[in-house]
Amino acid sequence: MLLALKNVSKIYKLGDQEIRALNQVTVNIEEGEFVAVMGPSGSGKSTFLQVASLLSSTEEGTILLKEKNVTKYSEVELARLRNKEIGFVFQQFNLLARTSAIDNVALPLVYAGVGAAERRARAIEMLGKVGLSDRANNTPSQLSGGQQQRVAIARALINTPAIIFADEPTGNLDSKSGEDIKALLEQLHAEGKTIVMVTHEAEIARIAKRLILFHDGELIYDEKYGYNKHLKSQKTIEYVDMLKKTRKTPRLLFGKVTGK
Amino acid sequence: MNFINTFTIALRAILLNKRRSFLTMLGVIIGVGSVVLLTSLGTGLQSYVKDQFDSLGSNVLYVVPGNPFANGGAGSENAILERTKPTLKVKQVQDILRQNRDTITDGSSTVLDTAEAKYSNVTKRVTLYGVDASYPNVLNSPASKGVWFSQSDSDRSKRVALLGTTIAEELFGKTDPVNKRIKLNGQAYVVVGVLESKGGSFGGPSFDDYVYIPINTLFDNFSSQTVNRFIFKVRNQEELGIAKANIEKTMLKDLKKEEFTVFDQTELLKTINNVLGVLTAGLGGIAAISLVVGGIGIMNIMLVSVTERTREIGLRKALGATPNVILSQFLIEAALLSIIGGMIGVLIAYIGTLAVQSFFPAKILPESIALAFGVSTAIGIIFGAAPARNAAKLSPIEALRSE
Repeated sequence: MLLALKNVSKIYKLGDQEIRALNQVTVNIEEGEFVAVMGPSGSGKSTFLQVASLLSSTEEGTILLKEKNVTKYSEVELARLRNKEIGFVFQQFNLLARTSAIDNVALPLVYAGVGAAERRARAIEMLGKVGLSDRANNTPSQLSGGQQQRVAIARALINTPAIIFADEPTGNLDSKSGEDIKALLEQLHAEGKTIVMVTHEAEIARIAKRLILFHDGELIYDEKYGYNKHLKSQKTIEYVDMLKKTRKTPRLLFGKVTGK
Repeated sequence: MNFINTFTIALRAILLNKRRSFLTMLGVIIGVGSVVLLTSLGTGLQSYVKDQFDSLGSNVLYVVPGNPFANGGAGSENAILERTKPTLKVKQVQDILRQNRDTITDGSSTVLDTAEAKYSNVTKRVTLYGVDASYPNVLNSPASKGVWFSQSDSDRSKRVALLGTTIAEELFGKTDPVNKRIKLNGQAYVVVGVLESKGGSFGGPSFDDYVYIPINTLFDNFSSQTVNRFIFKVRNQEELGIAKANIEKTMLKDLKKEEFTVFDQTELLKTINNVLGVLTAGLGGIAAISLVVGGIGIMNIMLVSVTERTREIGLRKALGATPNVILSQFLIEAALLSIIGGMIGVLIAYIGTLAVQSFFPAKILPESIALAFGVSTAIGIIFGAAPARNAAKLSPIEALRSE
């Protein structure tokens, strides 16, 4: 088991009020899985991503990464762990401005203490893998959205992490670039990479092999195991049914229906 | 994560926005530049004064009436009053020389006055310097043309004179003054020699401006009747103390303790240097304030920079940068800005010093440069600390969420 969350909660205190962005979430992710995380806004899917990718600490529960309990790790230890085991792909790419593609891709290696020559070599290799060898020296402003996201994916891969976490990877892209990124993610999955992806687009969610669903901070549905028994209600069933249906139709946004 | 990597990241960040970086540095550039330039002027002056004293010859003891160092020191109103007290007598020089033959090589009385000098159609107000024939032996003043007057010339109050280089040039132009006659207050004097140049005396009359005549001649023909001071040449540096004590002993036979003062160059030099030192420190202090302002400028810009780069900091942290790494990055950025600004400031001060050297003594010491470097680094680190800490403390999630 690669990543295991057990009874994890994320609690914010507002005065004397307690807000549970995540409530007692238990989920296991095996090596090589491709998981889509869905749910309406405010459902906690983004919070889940933050906690699972070790960006945010938890107030309750335990997290095990590669069998190690990392729940109480310090900020420094978590940073090191993220550097080594986690790859990030953001909706807004988050590349360093006015910095070349090569230097962007190599950034995780800088924090891993890798020397300049090796960094350069590995970055070029990774850019080749995502099909951007000829754009090595371009800065983000000289790249299209799709190309920028590919650079970001190359960056996420460069330290051979255990898991890739993608947060709406096609959210800022046009449909053509979105297709390119979809294809790239599918290819990575076929090569054995473990990917956890938050998306609200059913079209994108389709390429994943497993769907988990959040609602009001609860994990209400895990395709692998079925419903969360405690939360199974008529409303939830309708919810999931609609989702299952929409997974098969293109471009149906959650909560909104856009005509074709 | 080693120092070189952080350093490269910091350097790159500075180069990424050259205009902003330069504007940030401007305060430090001006601060360091002015401190180094002003202190170089001060040190230059001090060193110049010392050179002037050295050129007169070391191991010289002076005896003056009263105590010019009390109540305000040399140059004050009190000192001028003291100088004209009629306490020194020419014969005292002879007594002192006789009794200290092994420690004191020679001595002379001196007195200053003024007169109108005339040669052919050039008239000029000059300073008269009445001295004994032994003067050149005491204060290293050889004649470049002609000769010094002799003791017998002095005893007989002969009307002979030596000219300082500048006066010679002003009265005679290119003509050789030796054996020509000049008029001093209407009386004829024969020029027997011209002295070697002693160089400018900044801010005061130069030895090159004087007209040197025998002291007795001065007393007989001009208004001054009192000796201004004695000067004695001591054989060895080590014997200065002994010679000083012996001179005081001799003088005390005729005079009371407060009626004369014996001192050597070093005390005079010390007084002057003290004044210059205070002046330099004062100017330096004012300039240092601008350094503080420069540091505040760095802090402000770094604060803005951190806010603007919050997203970037969040990303770096997500990718594995620990708080310390972020702290180092921004501290180094601030320090680099400050150091580069400091070095530019030193460069400007150096150019300024060169420019000024033609009419003002100025000298940059290597210590000043090292100090400027050290202070710049400190300023960068001190004023960069708060912004750097802000950056290090950012939570990755909050940071990534920001605009």
